[in-house]
Amino acid sequence: MSARRVRRRLVSALMTGVVGALSLLAVLALVLILGHLAVKGATSLDWSFFTRNPVPVGESGGGVANAIVGTAIIVGLASLIGLPVGIGAGLYLAEFGSGRLGWIVRFVADVLNGTPSIVVGIFAWTWLVKPMGHFSALAGSVALAVLMVPMLARTTEEMVRLVPHSLREAALALGYPRWRTSLRIVARTALAGIVTGCLVGVARIAGETAPLLFTALGNLNFTTDLMQPMQALSLQIYQYATGPFEEWHRLAWAAAIVLMGLVLLLGVAARWAIRQRHGAAR
Amino acid sequence: MTTAGLTDGRTVGQPDRGRRPPVWPSDHSTPIIDVRAYNFWYGGTQALFDLTFTIPRRAVTALIGPSGCGKSTFLRSINRLNELIPRTRHTGDILLEGVSVFSSGTDPVTLRREVGMVFQQPNPFPKTIFDNVAYGPRLNGLAAERDMPERVEVALRRAALWDEVKDRLRTPGTSLSGGQQQRLCIARALANEPEVLLMDEPCSALDPAATQRIEELLVELKQSYSIVIVTHNMQQASRVSDFTGFFYLGCLIEFGDTKQVFTRPGDERTEAYITGRFG
Repeated sequence: MSARRVRRRLVSALMTGVVGALSLLAVLALVLILGHLAVKGATSLDWSFFTRNPVPVGESGGGVANAIVGTAIIVGLASLIGLPVGIGAGLYLAEFGSGRLGWIVRFVADVLNGTPSIVVGIFAWTWLVKPMGHFSALAGSVALAVLMVPMLARTTEEMVRLVPHSLREAALALGYPRWRTSLRIVARTALAGIVTGCLVGVARIAGETAPLLFTALGNLNFTTDLMQPMQALSLQIYQYATGPFEEWHRLAWAAAIVLMGLVLLLGVAARWAIRQRHGAAR
Repeated sequence: MTTAGLTDGRTVGQPDRGRRPPVWPSDHSTPIIDVRAYNFWYGGTQALFDLTFTIPRRAVTALIGPSGCGKSTFLRSINRLNELIPRTRHTGDILLEGVSVFSSGTDPVTLRREVGMVFQQPNPFPKTIFDNVAYGPRLNGLAAERDMPERVEVALRRAALWDEVKDRLRTPGTSLSGGQQQRLCIARALANEPEVLLMDEPCSALDPAATQRIEELLVELKQSYSIVIVTHNMQQASRVSDFTGFFYLGCLIEFGDTKQVFTRPGDERTEAYITGRFG
């Protein structure tokens, strides 16, 4: 009897130790990355890094203002294209997606979700860059939007499906037409979850590099022209990190910190949105 | 089955018109809902068989019977909520105020405004108490926004919830207790000024005290509304209802005056169910 109890406690302690160690390992990766970034890049972070454009090789200093603005523009435009399409598709899947068309859309979304982002970049190049004759921020945004849509559609669908059926019935029984029930009750209730999904989606595409290589290309100058090649933080990091100059490597580390900070910020915002939802559910 | 029960009871298929003694108000005798040979299928499974009966006006009608016998299905047929389930079909007819709820001229959306429904689980919207009640009237254009506070108050008073929530109308409806939430849902349904109130086991998720409040409420509400309540609680049916229908395996076995159904049931299955021999 007591031997069994001792054994049970031993096994329990052992298992707790194992899963604890594994989760530490998982966190360790993030801690190492952040630590390394901080050590390598933090010293290069100053005000001019955020406000100045890159300087020619040989001069020291310079910043990544063009890349920060470029990332904001490209990701912003991608969100503008991708969010309505993704959320709309998700609503459709959740509300009317039980038929054959729903099955097809869901299947395509899942396949697209697993498509390597570089493939999407090549397609954007074929469809947009080649016909237009030059690289552009617009093509980059479209490529990122394509990456974003399936993820958003599936997240939105999940969130909408989480809305209790009883709420839907309550609205219908009050005389709400079906479309108004979907928009005003179901979508509103799922809103916090959908917002979270959007933030996670935006955070994910903000760090994408491969699709931008074929589309936005990069630009050493400051531009807000959507029809021109545009710099993005991820591209800048790629170019600086693979370049031959020590100065560039330094700047790459600093740019990586900025990008990482941006993604973390979105992640924290997503967390906050989740908390709001659970607060509202109470 | 005794002959006495048959002579006294309103049995299946016979309208209750003219059978009530004159002690009832006259409008009892014109039924609000008239069910005619109604059959209902979920896919290939028939759930309701040839229902024919009438539901009296301004009274509480209880539907009793074991689980899965079609009480809720019937209730949800009245406001056509079943239509939203794929692959369902029906034959026969249900008339509300003499008009078929299935006729091409009846818009299900309009119908559901006239037939309020309260569900088994309290399901307030994740909005403020005020907005929960104002939702129906706002949608249906029943009141201008400046008249809304009054309308909300009237509905909450009728649902016997006003005194408990009048100081916190702007707090979420979901922050109320279960019993309060259910009364909020009743207020929400009443704010639409329906003719009929359908209640699908409204007390099954509530404690005895909250159940009592709802039951008292039903007795008051039947002055102005025709109420159909599905319940598994036999005591509740006998306490609050004027008429009782016993469903079994999708058929209406017996329908009649509650007192009579409970004291002298016309069918042995009714008697067996009421006395707790099965169910």
